[in-house]
Amino acid sequence: MEKVSTICPYCGCGCGLYLHVENGLITGVSPSAHHPVNHGSLCVKGWNCHEFVQHPDRLKYPLVRKDGILQKSSWEDALDLIASRLSGTKEKYGPDAIGILSSAKCTNEENFVMMKFARAVIGTNNIDHCARL
Amino acid sequence: MAGLASAFGSGAMTNSISEIADARVIFVVGSNTTEQHPMIAMHMLEAVDRGATLIVADPRKTQIAAFAHTHLRQRSGTDVALLNGIMNVIIGEGLVDINFVRRRTENFDEFEKVVKRCTPEVAEKITGVPASDIQRVARIYATEKRSMLFYSMGITQHVTGVDNVRSCANLVMLTAHIGQPMTGLNPLRGQNNVQGACDMGALPDVYSGYQKVADARARKKFESAWRRKLPSARGMTMIDMFDSAREGRLKAMYIVGENPVMSDPDTSHVVEAIRKLDFLVVQDIFMSETAELADVILPAVTFAEKDGTFTNTERRVQKVRKAVRPMYGAMPDWKIIAELSKKMGYDMGYRAAHEIMEEAALLTPVYGGILHHRLDDFGLQWPCPDADHPGTPFMHRKKFAKGLGTFNPIEFTPPDETTDMTYPFILTTGRLYFRYHTATMCRRTATLEREEPECFVEINPKDAGRIGVRSGNSVKAVSRRGEIVVKALVTDRTPEGIVFIPFHFREAAVNLITSPAVDPVAKIPEFKVCAINLVPVIPKPGERPKNRYNRKEDLKILNELYEEPEVPS
Repeated sequence: MEKVSTICPYCGCGCGLYLHVENGLITGVSPSAHHPVNHGSLCVKGWNCHEFVQHPDRLKYPLVRKDGILQKSSWEDALDLIASRLSGTKEKYGPDAIGILSSAKCTNEENFVMMKFARAVIGTNNIDHCARL
Repeated sequence: MAGLASAFGSGAMTNSISEIADARVIFVVGSNTTEQHPMIAMHMLEAVDRGATLIVADPRKTQIAAFAHTHLRQRSGTDVALLNGIMNVIIGEGLVDINFVRRRTENFDEFEKVVKRCTPEVAEKITGVPASDIQRVARIYATEKRSMLFYSMGITQHVTGVDNVRSCANLVMLTAHIGQPMTGLNPLRGQNNVQGACDMGALPDVYSGYQKVADARARKKFESAWRRKLPSARGMTMIDMFDSAREGRLKAMYIVGENPVMSDPDTSHVVEAIRKLDFLVVQDIFMSETAELADVILPAVTFAEKDGTFTNTERRVQKVRKAVRPMYGAMPDWKIIAELSKKMGYDMGYRAAHEIMEEAALLTPVYGGILHHRLDDFGLQWPCPDADHPGTPFMHRKKFAKGLGTFNPIEFTPPDETTDMTYPFILTTGRLYFRYHTATMCRRTATLEREEPECFVEINPKDAGRIGVRSGNSVKAVSRRGEIVVKALVTDRTPEGIVFIPFHFREAAVNLITSPAVDPVAKIPEFKVCAINLVPVIPKPGERPKNRYNRKEDLKILNELYEEPEVPS
């Protein structure tokens, strides 16, 4: 069994924990004993934070709405469609007709990329996330 | 955060979690710490064991309030009056740290004029907290050297959210409980990386590290790094975006890992706004209520399938490591965005997450020394300006980020919606220990789902008697905007006249009825005060409640779980 050191995905405490990995599957969680926040303990959410990762409800492939119904699509087609629709909107109504919501669940790197995408690629400052909720 | 920025010049927890256990006074305002930040509460209770005094101000008798030496039960939305009352006592009894006020702050005289009017007796009338309690708390908080002040959404989710935060900042500066270990003003952030998302500039008016988009020098720096002309006018906040979409001006939205249909106030308006969009992309790990309305849905990965960093509430940037390969056909969010921007004619050229952090460090002074290879132990706390800097456990040591700290004179203003004959109860919303936000994640975790499978409304026994409900009865909660049906839970945790509903449940989405009023500066919705009425629902004879949670079914699903991941092209 391999133990991978990482951070709990739930609240802002940022507890350190290990994910137990067996044959490419996460089987359990154990807290980091010396972490300055959690000192070897976890709350009920932390102890169970691996479970949703492998839930069968996970989205498995891009979905595109055709004739009002969401249908399975390839990455290539889905991204092409988004690129052309966003570029079209930008040309027709200007960049400020596009809004981007980033996420407090994503990593710092991803938020940085989202911000760069909104400001440099789209050309709008309409970017926000759920800090207020 | 706008409130903190106007007082100190920077919005984040000023001190560290590891200092809590050594504090002498812990003052918690509007935070249900044991349920929402259990590990921080653990440090608080350790401090109490070592002899610290715990003071909690919250209308509800939360778990942390049950541990408190003094529990101030102010009326919902009267925090400013309570804090002004406390500060009035501090000034009146000469407990102000005059040296600190003179050397490091400004605008004290204006502020003093306002606070002078709010005596403990006046505060008692507004808040319902006895004047003697206000005096006692003021003396304890001001005379002890190591006093830490904590607040959370109970302070910010009001139309006066920014005023509330500024009042907290005033209190901290008045007694000089800042810039030293075991002191400070400490907002507890609700989500794992909400601090990081703010730091990285996912906000309409700032780049990463809170560099203003309106500031020409900052803009020029980013323009030359990114080789693109950047807009200078501030953008729209989330609430503005939905308003603008409803008016037909915003045409397309790209939503990553969020579920505004559940989390935003006055849901029906949000849905109406989203329906009006020409094009909506949602990128998430599960099908959410928002994703159901999307034109394109992209599968992203969870924290366990990618590398990166999270910044916790004490500004500690910590490494998240990839434990397993992306399940099914999902891709990390940064990769999706990078692919998309390549298709739109802008190649970002990132090969791995640490390269993004290197770029962020170059462009962001407070993250200047935060690089992946330095985060291997327990991360680093920003501000960390260069590669040799050891990080900063507590801020504002010699001076505030903006130079002098500013006292903001704050008058008490009542909440946006008041109770009347038709809507006699104040509704306040919040979270539960076993649940998390809109519950897309924890609803898919068997243990958590088992504990709190159903939505409820907490009612005081006196109110319950008056409207004629018992625990377990169905009640209809009606506001000016809509209605939901929930189970009643009769308890003295909530005081008379106030009811509490958690916002996690899609069957009884409380945000159908919450008020859309927002703070004029920070645009935080007023989730904590909204006028409603409760009507008992009489069940039809012979009707049985259906049992929604089924452990057998859940285990079966878990066993059949694993699918060989498809490798994305």
